Amino acid sequence: MITEREAVAETPGAVAHQFDDFAQQHEASTLGMWTFLVTEIMFFGGMFLGYAIYRSAYAEVFGHASNHLDIVLGTVNTAVLIASSLTVALAVHAAQESKRRALLFFLALTVVLGLVFLGIKFTEYYHKYEENLIPGWRFQYPEGNAHHAAIFFSFYFAMTGMHALHMIIGIGMFLVLGVAAWKGRYSAVYYTPVELAGLYWHFVDIVWIFLFPLFYLLGRHS
Amino acid sequence: MIPTRVYVAVFFALLVLTAVTTAVSFVDLGGPFNVITAVTIAVVKMLLVALFFMHLRYSSRLTVLFAGAALFWLGIMIVLTVSDYLSRGWVGPFEAMLR
Repeated sequence: MITEREAVAETPGAVAHQFDDFAQQHEASTLGMWTFLVTEIMFFGGMFLGYAIYRSAYAEVFGHASNHLDIVLGTVNTAVLIASSLTVALAVHAAQESKRRALLFFLALTVVLGLVFLGIKFTEYYHKYEENLIPGWRFQYPEGNAHHAAIFFSFYFAMTGMHALHMIIGIGMFLVLGVAAWKGRYSAVYYTPVELAGLYWHFVDIVWIFLFPLFYLLGRHS
Repeated sequence: MIPTRVYVAVFFALLVLTAVTTAVSFVDLGGPFNVITAVTIAVVKMLLVALFFMHLRYSSRLTVLFAGAALFWLGIMIVLTVSDYLSRGWVGPFEAMLR
């Protein structure tokens, strides 16, 4: 007869000695991840706040500058990112059920969807390059105050760029998790890394959920 | 464990809300209502992701407290900063107040 604690102890690195059991360690890890996400929320929150203030100050220029963003590509990318959040949730679910093949499948699908998002994002950046809408790089804006428009595009590149950097890090995390999952490290007994990477990915999804309407949609009528 | 159909239902709800917010942006609602609608839909989507995908609905109260603390401090930052910028025009220049 093997107790739950002994079963957990046999999984390599599953329960560190300072914790009573898996549940306590899992709770501590989750709170640690949420603490990190709090700092991330404040980090992105500061940029959103700066954007909101400049948008209200230079409403007219920000309005028609945002019409230079591609609403179709933006909407498609939103759907792609939401789909990747679903595949992450299903990956965590597969890990909780000790389904190794399903876990590997959903991790791979998440990486593919993340790369599709970054590919579309890169296409949009390239269009901005062609239209001379990158501040500091042959920036031209004949339709209105070029200085104010440059502030809009600076926010656009800083915030979507920082978001894209988070996605690149997330994709790297899922690749590392995929290797460990391939070796059979995760099961119903121990799946904390999959769950924590999922929390991070969903947070990055939430950032985009706000970036999309505030940058792509509000230019039409604001 | 959360049934898979919950995740799928949340996924479709998020897709519908994305379609709605994009469609509404083509309509002029007048005044600040385009902004209000867009932000409201984004907040609903955030809650769906946080409650179900991030398991907050099924988490311990301590975890919910951590997430709530983030929103609380974010709220302090936004309310204090915006109240400063919005109220700057309410008073005249500093010299005028001294007279």
